[in-house]
Amino acid sequence: MSESILEVQNLEVFYGNAQAIHGISLTIEQGELLSLIGSNGAGKSTLFKSICGMVRPRSGTINFKGQTTAGLSPARITEMGIAMVPEGRRLFRSLSVEENLILGGYVRRPGPWTLQKVYDVFPILKERKDYPATSLSGGQQQMVAIGRALMSNPELLLLDELSLGLAPVVIKDIYELLPKILGEGMATILVEQDVTRAMQVSDHFVCMLEGRISLSGQSDAFSHDEISAAYFGT
Amino acid sequence: MQHATITRSTQASRIAGILALCFLVYIGAAPWWAGSADLRLITEILFYLALASMWNLLAGYAGLISVGQHAYVGLGGYLMFSCVLFLGMNPLWSIPVAGVAGALISIPVAWLVFRLKGPYFAIGTWVVAEVFRLSAAQMSSVGGGSGLSIPVAVMRDLGRKPDREMLIYFTAFALCVGAILLVYFLLRSRVGLALTAIRDNEVASSSLGVKIGRIKLFVYVAAAAVTTMIGALIFVTKLRISPDAAFSVNDWTVFVIFIVVIGGIGTIEGPIIGTLLFFLLREFLADLGAIYLMILGAMAIGIMLAAPKGLWGLLVSRYDFSIFPVGYRVRR
Amino acid sequence: MEWINVIVQGVLIGGLYALFAAGLSLIFGVMRLVNIAHGDFIVGAAYLAMVTITMTGLHPLLSLVIVVPLMAAIGYAIQLGLLNRVLGDDILPPLIVTFGLSIILQNVLLTTFSADSQKLNAGALEIGSIPVLPGVDIGYMPLLTFVAAVAIIAGLQFLFYRTSMGRAFRATSDDGEIAQIMGLDNRKVFAWAMALSMAVVAVAGVFLAIRANFDPFMGPSRLIFGFEAVIIGGLGNLWGTLIGGIILGVAQGIGAQIDPGWQLLAGHIAFLVILAVKPRGLFPRID
Repeated sequence: MSESILEVQNLEVFYGNAQAIHGISLTIEQGELLSLIGSNGAGKSTLFKSICGMVRPRSGTINFKGQTTAGLSPARITEMGIAMVPEGRRLFRSLSVEENLILGGYVRRPGPWTLQKVYDVFPILKERKDYPATSLSGGQQQMVAIGRALMSNPELLLLDELSLGLAPVVIKDIYELLPKILGEGMATILVEQDVTRAMQVSDHFVCMLEGRISLSGQSDAFSHDEISAAYFGT
Repeated sequence: MQHATITRSTQASRIAGILALCFLVYIGAAPWWAGSADLRLITEILFYLALASMWNLLAGYAGLISVGQHAYVGLGGYLMFSCVLFLGMNPLWSIPVAGVAGALISIPVAWLVFRLKGPYFAIGTWVVAEVFRLSAAQMSSVGGGSGLSIPVAVMRDLGRKPDREMLIYFTAFALCVGAILLVYFLLRSRVGLALTAIRDNEVASSSLGVKIGRIKLFVYVAAAAVTTMIGALIFVTKLRISPDAAFSVNDWTVFVIFIVVIGGIGTIEGPIIGTLLFFLLREFLADLGAIYLMILGAMAIGIMLAAPKGLWGLLVSRYDFSIFPVGYRVRR
Repeated sequence: MEWINVIVQGVLIGGLYALFAAGLSLIFGVMRLVNIAHGDFIVGAAYLAMVTITMTGLHPLLSLVIVVPLMAAIGYAIQLGLLNRVLGDDILPPLIVTFGLSIILQNVLLTTFSADSQKLNAGALEIGSIPVLPGVDIGYMPLLTFVAAVAIIAGLQFLFYRTSMGRAFRATSDDGEIAQIMGLDNRKVFAWAMALSMAVVAVAGVFLAIRANFDPFMGPSRLIFGFEAVIIGGLGNLWGTLIGGIILGVAQGIGAQIDPGWQLLAGHIAFLVILAVKPRGLFPRID
């Protein structure tokens, strides 16, 4: 058995009195790509935010590389090696493309990713490096968001809604670049609306429904109907 | 299935309401039991309670954090003096006139200061008060920078001294009770519902068609009108006016804000608790002068750090109860 | 000539107003906080300079070497220890806290230094002037103040747009939550912003104290002048703030020329007119 990099156990998250996550447990191993699927409001983004330290779980544990992240600031968790591409990209609008990327490398973790390497993978960003980040097209902005996350040389990368709001041809481009991005042995959790695509690229998957895990396993082990049932809760 | 009834009041709030009513009658009857000095003190308490209720309406319910309400206190004072001196009016009758004039003047003021968002709105209102103060100092007809006094004959027209004091007391009492009732009924009306919606979520309520701008304007103008009337009456009791006294930021804004914040912002009871505490502290600490002000400032900061809902908020969170039920509660 | 002189002097005093405004604008830009005690800190810095000069015998301008870092440290500590705890979606708590600080500071200054007005003496610098036109002389001190204002604004501009600290300020201002998962600690970023603001406040305080008499209660009107310069110039635009200060200074000068009682009123009226016709200021940057 290879070593797991992230272990989530019995996680419960509340917003005020509303419970968003009801006792979720999952693990992801080094170099693995796990896809996280589920409809809107299933709790996927909340799970990501808990892992990043942006929301505090009420109970349960999150262990990263064998260490608990409980009580750590988001900044500290990033230093440990977790990075996220947030839903809607959320680039810094008063920063240029290059400044966004540089900020992504703020924690200065050593590793393969440098400004130059990001530009090699996304050459268009080098051309546009002095443009305000939010003046770029949606696909290019997503590249900035990915590059920004990579700049911290994470060991675990969280990709939230990679294709949301992008044109199909752009989505295709980004997914074609994915192996190049993930080739460095990073563990990745991918949230994706397009279930078929998520299943194609991932090793394992977890399907969430109303804050619980409704199905999980190897991505090629279930039929379309089984996944559909878990997704919609029918 | 259990039945659920929705009510505004609870047993506790009804009992508290009856007690409050008894207390109200007792205070209203003050001229028959209080000496002259006590009556003046109670009058002043009523002024501050009314001013605090109005600031609470603005900041606590409509989110309009003004640090320039002294503009309207001073305006009221000067309007009253103008009515008395130039129109020959009775000082007490000039109060409603001042209220109407204050409301009218507050509309263009709102048009200007509403352009400033959030915290900058606060300082904008302060600028307006400065403009009022400096303008008053430029008007030689009302005494310019040094101010003037109400002619003795005018006050004599209000009756003999005890009668006059009683008359002024009842006016202050009516204004104060009126101010609190205004807040109470406003909150129970559709305006109150809209204000709650705005407070909870400005974006969502605007999409629901709540006319945020108009409701805020309405609240601003109403608070200005009442504050102007209180200002007019304050200067009837002071008999003398000057720009620095009329537009004193310490007297009419700093104290009022501290009262509301310490007592509990966004509740009707908060200003009452805050006013009582303020006068209690003043009785013991006013001799300390500057130190008294430092204590008030530190208390306001402490409240914001430890209990942003103020002393009343602390009580409510512990005992879940209110004298003025403006919300709804579900009972099984 | 008289009117030219009025305008020239107004422009020069505008530099001082821009100094009042720069620190205010900076922290609003980074953390959407309006520090009501800003003017009182300016006056506090003036008193701090006075104490420094009494103790060391330094020239007022040299006292900056001590006053600037000291004020910056105070700003850093106040932000970390107090203001960070009340910053949030609700704008009321930080307003009330800085309002409380304003009252406390005024009364601390009053009890420590009395209500008597004070002034710092810069010696020969205050007397010398450069004649530019017949009847128009530019004093060394007003000129120095204006040059300092331009230099500080240029410096802030550089810091904001060319350094990693400025990048952190802008990122935190844009999206504090995401800035945190980039590894920035918002609380520290805010503390640095406040330290920087207070460093500018220190300079403003010393120049104010050399130029005119000061007393414990003149803080709020300095806050108002700074605020007016910010709004006239347009939110988030530091060079705009300088122009805002200049407009305010010139308006006050013209007012005073008509009637001494109209000096302050004219400045406020200029502000209100611009608010009426251009609510977002002359050169807005932040939406």
